[in-house]
Amino acid sequence: MKHVTEYRDADLVHVVLDGIRQTVTKPWVLMEICGGQTHAIVRHGIDQLLPTEIELVHGPGCPVCVTPLELIDKSLAIASCTEVIFTSYGDMLRVPGSGSDLFSVRASGGDVRVVYSPLDAVKIAQQNPDREVVFFAIGFETTAPPNAMSVVQAQSLGLKNYSILVSHVRVPPAMHVILGSPHNRVQGFLAAGHVCAVMGYWEYPPIAEKYGVPIVVTGFEPLDIVQGILQATRQLEEGRCEAENAYPRVVTFEGNRPAQKLIERVFEPCDRKWRGIGTIPDSGWRLRQEFAEFDAELRFDVEAIQPDESPLCIAGQILQGLKKPHDCSAFGVKCTPENPLGATMVSSEGACAAYYRYGRHVAGQKQEE
Amino acid sequence: MGDARKKTIMQGLVCPRPLTHDEQVVLGHGSGGRMTQDLITHYFYPPFENPTLLRGDDAAVVTLPEQGRLALSTDSHIVSPLFFPGGDIGRLAVCGAVNDLAMVGARPLWLTAGFILEEGLSLQILERVVGSMKVATEEAGVIIVAGDTKVAEREKVDRLFVNTTGIGWVPEGREVGGANARPGDVVLLSGPIGDHGIAVLAARGELAFETTVESDLAPLNKLVEKMFEASQAIHVMRDPTRGGLATSLNEIACQSEVVIRLEETSIPVRPAVAAACEMLGFDPLYVANEGKLVAIVPAEEAEEVLEAMRSMSYGEEACRIGVVEESPPGRVLMRTAIGGTRVVDALSGEMLPRIC
Repeated sequence: MKHVTEYRDADLVHVVLDGIRQTVTKPWVLMEICGGQTHAIVRHGIDQLLPTEIELVHGPGCPVCVTPLELIDKSLAIASCTEVIFTSYGDMLRVPGSGSDLFSVRASGGDVRVVYSPLDAVKIAQQNPDREVVFFAIGFETTAPPNAMSVVQAQSLGLKNYSILVSHVRVPPAMHVILGSPHNRVQGFLAAGHVCAVMGYWEYPPIAEKYGVPIVVTGFEPLDIVQGILQATRQLEEGRCEAENAYPRVVTFEGNRPAQKLIERVFEPCDRKWRGIGTIPDSGWRLRQEFAEFDAELRFDVEAIQPDESPLCIAGQILQGLKKPHDCSAFGVKCTPENPLGATMVSSEGACAAYYRYGRHVAGQKQEE
Repeated sequence: MGDARKKTIMQGLVCPRPLTHDEQVVLGHGSGGRMTQDLITHYFYPPFENPTLLRGDDAAVVTLPEQGRLALSTDSHIVSPLFFPGGDIGRLAVCGAVNDLAMVGARPLWLTAGFILEEGLSLQILERVVGSMKVATEEAGVIIVAGDTKVAEREKVDRLFVNTTGIGWVPEGREVGGANARPGDVVLLSGPIGDHGIAVLAARGELAFETTVESDLAPLNKLVEKMFEASQAIHVMRDPTRGGLATSLNEIACQSEVVIRLEETSIPVRPAVAAACEMLGFDPLYVANEGKLVAIVPAEEAEEVLEAMRSMSYGEEACRIGVVEESPPGRVLMRTAIGGTRVVDALSGEMLPRIC
C-alpha cells in the first residue's frame, strides 16, 4: 500500500528510535493530542519501544469522548421521534447516554443510520422529503468542513427537512486549558496532523511561546509518530519551544484555506462543554444565525435533560493527561467496551478503548508492579 | 394445441383455471398444498435430485458409511445483497454448513435446506440461488436430502433466508476441538484474510470507492481431508467467519486456556483489502472470511500439513502465523511489524467505521 507501507517500515522506525535514545538525557512527558495517534501508538506498540525517559500521556482529541452527555441524551431524544431519520458517524452509536445509546434507540424502532459522510445525510434528506433528517455533527476541526458543506448544500438545494445537531470543538483552547492547569505534567505536544491539515499550525507558535512547550505537528503512522517524538525531544533537550512540522507531506503552515473559509461562513465560535472536563470558553463552534434553520437543537424541542454520569469514570482526568486508563479502578473490570461507563472506552479513538484493545497486557503488568 | 384452446373457448361456462404463478413467489407457494408441491418439483427437485430427497417422505432416511461418530451443525443465512462478487446466499448456505462440519474433522455427507421466501420474490432469483447451491454441493460432494419452504408476507422477511443443517461423519482417530491447542503448537492460516467482508460491503454500495475484491467463499472439506492425509494430529481447526481471525483465535485461546502469539508481518492481507480497511478504519483481523481456515497443529507436523494445504487450490497461500504458549492464558498477543507487542481482542459488538 503506497504512502502507508513506507511509514510502517520497521528498519526506518528503529533508526529514529535510536535517534531518540541518543538524544534523550532526562525524563520528559509528551502528550499526543489526537485519539487516532493514541490508538496507533498502542496498536503498533510504539510506547514499549521508547526509552523509559519518554512518557506519553494521551490527549483530549477524541471527538466522541468529549461530546457532552447532555448532547448525547438530546440525540437519543431526537432519534426516538417517529418522523426523524437520525444519521451519524458509526462511532457514536455505541456511546452511552444517561440511560441508553443510539443502538438501543434503533432496536426500539428509531430510524438511526450510519453514514460515512454528512453529504450522504443530505442525500437521504432529498430522498425522504416527508421525513426530518438530522445529522449528528460532532468532531474537531477535521470534520467541521464536511459538516459545514452539508449545511451549505442543503441550503442551496432548498431542503427544509435537514438539520444538524452540532457539537464541534477546537484543539487550541483545550491545549490552553491543559497547559494552564496547576496539575499540568505535559512538557511537549505532538499536535494532531489531520486537524492541522485543515487548520494549518499558525495558531501554535503563540501557545508554544506562552507556555514554553514545543509543539510538533505529527502524523499517524509509526514512522510519523516516532519522528514527532524525536523532534519534540530534541527541542526539549536543547531548551527550545517552537511549533514545528513533522508531517509536511500533509500539513502546511496556512492549512487548507478554502476549508477554513467554509467553516467561518457556517460556524461561529462559542463556549463548549467537554465531557469529563467542563466548559471551555470559545472552544467550540455553533451554527451562525443565518444558518439557524438547520440547527436541530432549535428545530426539536427536546426538554432539558439532567444527565447522569458514572461516579467511577475518570475519563476527564485521562483526557487531560493527568491519569492513564489503567489508573482507573473500573478499567477492564466494571468498564469494558461491552459495558462502557464512559465514552473513552467506546470510541475507536478513546484512550481507554485503545488500552483495552491493544495494551491490556502492558497495563496489567504495570498494575501488578 | 391451437385447436384445443378454441374448443375450450367454445365450451362456454367453465370453472376458471387459477393463474399459474411462474414469475414471483406468492403466499400460496407456502400453503403446503399443490402450489407448494409445484414449487418443490419445479425449483428444488431438479437441481438437488437424489433418491433420498425424491422419496418425498416426511424425513430423509440415510445410511451411515461406517460405524462412528456423527457431526451436526446448523446455520441460518441472511445476507444483503443476495448476490455479491465471488458468491451468493446459496453458495454461502452450502459452504457454511460444509465448513462447520469440516472444522471438527467431519466428512460432510448430507444437508437439509430450509427456505423462507418473501411474498413477491422473483422466482428467477430463487432459481439462481438454488442453481448456485447445486454447484456448491457438487463441488463439496454432499447431497441435500431434506428441505422445507415457507412464504412470509411482504416485508416480513428480506427476500430470501436460507437455513442449512449439515450432517457429517467423523472418521476414527480425529480429535479436533477448540480446547485442544497445546503449548508448543503452531498456528497455520489457509490464505489472505478479509476478502469476504470487504466484497460484501462493496456490493452493498456502502463504500465511497470501488474495489475489485471478490469473496473467498468456498467449501473447505477437501482441503481438510488433504490436511488429515498429512497428519491425524491436527488439534484445532476453525473457519474465521464473522468476527474475523481475531475473534476465532480468542475463542480458541479461551477454550484451550493458552496464549496464542501472532506475528503481524506473517498474516497475509491482499493489498486491496488492506487499502479498503485503511480507509474505513477497519482492522482486517476482524473482517469476515468464508473460505479460510485456521489450524493449530503440533510443531513437528506443521511443515507437512502446510505442504498439504498448499497443494490445494483453497490453501495455495497457506502460511504459519504464530505459535501457542502457556501463559498468560486466554489471550491473543501479536508482535507488531515494528517489534512492539499488543493484545488482539475479540470483536466487541458491531464493527463501526471511524469518524476521521
